[in-house]
Amino acid sequence: MRNQILSLLEQNAELKHDQIAVMLDMSVSEVEKEIQAMTEEGILLKSKALINWEKTDREFVTAQIELKVTPQRGEGFDKVAERIYQYPEVKSVYLVSGGFDIAVTIEGKTMKEVALFVAEKLATMEYVNSTKTHFILKKYKQDGVIFSQQGKDERVVISL
Amino acid sequence: MIIKDKINKVITDMKPSGIRKFFDLVAQMPEAISLGVGEPDFVTPWHIRDAGIYSLEKGHTYYTSNSGLASLREEICNYLDRRFNLKYNYKNEVLVTVGGSEAIDLTIRALISNGDEVLIPQPSFVCYVPCVQMAGGVPVPIVTKEEDNFKLTPEALKKAITPKTKLLVLPYPNNPTGAIMTYDELKAIVDVLKDTDIFVMSDEIYAELTYGTKHRSIAEFPEMRDRTILVSGFSKAYAMTGWRLGYVCAHPDIIAPLTKIHQYAIMSSPTVSQYAALEAVKKGDNDIDAMVSEYNYRRKVIFEAFNQIGLECFEPLGAFYVFPSIKSTGMKSNDFCENLLKEQKVAVVPGDAFGESGEGYIRCSYAYSIEAINRALDRIDKFVSSHK
Repeated sequence: MRNQILSLLEQNAELKHDQIAVMLDMSVSEVEKEIQAMTEEGILLKSKALINWEKTDREFVTAQIELKVTPQRGEGFDKVAERIYQYPEVKSVYLVSGGFDIAVTIEGKTMKEVALFVAEKLATMEYVNSTKTHFILKKYKQDGVIFSQQGKDERVVISL
Repeated sequence: MIIKDKINKVITDMKPSGIRKFFDLVAQMPEAISLGVGEPDFVTPWHIRDAGIYSLEKGHTYYTSNSGLASLREEICNYLDRRFNLKYNYKNEVLVTVGGSEAIDLTIRALISNGDEVLIPQPSFVCYVPCVQMAGGVPVPIVTKEEDNFKLTPEALKKAITPKTKLLVLPYPNNPTGAIMTYDELKAIVDVLKDTDIFVMSDEIYAELTYGTKHRSIAEFPEMRDRTILVSGFSKAYAMTGWRLGYVCAHPDIIAPLTKIHQYAIMSSPTVSQYAALEAVKKGDNDIDAMVSEYNYRRKVIFEAFNQIGLECFEPLGAFYVFPSIKSTGMKSNDFCENLLKEQKVAVVPGDAFGESGEGYIRCSYAYSIEAINRALDRIDKFVSSHK
């Protein structure tokens, strides 16, 4: 039941609790109890809006940084990751498999600002061996949502 | 010369849909929220569209064999066996048609001659009656009732049978009511039919869209298998309405004459659609399951809401429609729909569009996003409250 509640909320965080209850054949109080519990357990973290900033006049850049890192004894990569994710400029940090170790997403006002952040803060960090910066030029799809898709219903209004 | 007078009298006399006026009204109001659409809101899953595109890139732009691509027919048979335990031979028991609609037309044209009676449970899809009329047959409606959950009962069937009865249309899961027939209920129908020569055209276009229970087909019954004509298609299961592709499965001696008509009228179904459909039946089971799960959430919301609004509604277990009663408002279906459209700008379909017995009901589709459904329900609630 928990996973079903989570799947519904993952698709639409604005879904009202009474509708979730109807959809899952639960009572409203059961749904609220589960949501409350999952929030306390750190399963349900936060609801946010997904925005296509390109359609606004806000100017900023996003970059994905590949980091090669030497793991530390007893700590693995966690210690380095922790030092990275504390920066507010850093939007996401993942430990990944493959040709590099840590994937970081950074936002800044300008390319220069991001590049300097990488050069000054990330590249100089102990155990970080190399960085590779990829600026994001265009977002096509994020979190399952296609940016160019129009919400327009093409169907004829009534069909039998 | 008056051109009108030269038109085939059968066509001239054919009743246009009784709700034409309402349709025209809706057409003038594009800003209305609609719950009137009879097709999925999902776009065809990408891997299916991609298979269609790929078939064009490969240059598959020719006719196929009259009965459809052999590989598609074979996969349709595998699919029917896998999902519904139905066994057909792809070599001579399947015909790929232009939508389920063509399959219905072909079946009626091939079986019905002058004076043959066709039993049509109503409320039901709008095309059975005119197809029977065009074939020179006599449509005989059987009224199904809300108190029976709009199912066909053996008693009502028995009463409607005469020596002239040739064919029974079995439209389940049902558009517009959302009713289904369980195995036991079908068994009771089979018991009535087994000592007759009556054929059954089972329109199972919504077979994949059932909730909490799996669709059963009358063709599963050995005594009915050879005189059941199974009509289905890709439109509803895979959200492929615009591809216009369906199929019909039956005994070889039925498929042969159907293929003859199809050969002269259509030649072969669209090739690109057949290649896309091949991908759908082979690899689309997961798409169906995802869509059914989504429809089911919406179904529960809309069913609950109508009962709360005070428009009583039996629980539909199939298709993507609810069919609430509006009798408590004292309005006729058509007036209810016209007023709702004018006052609250919500379009739903009057129940009598699906036969006289649909009077007193409206059909609302839940092939819409939950947001659109909620908006429409709010307005319907306001409308009903303001007319108390």
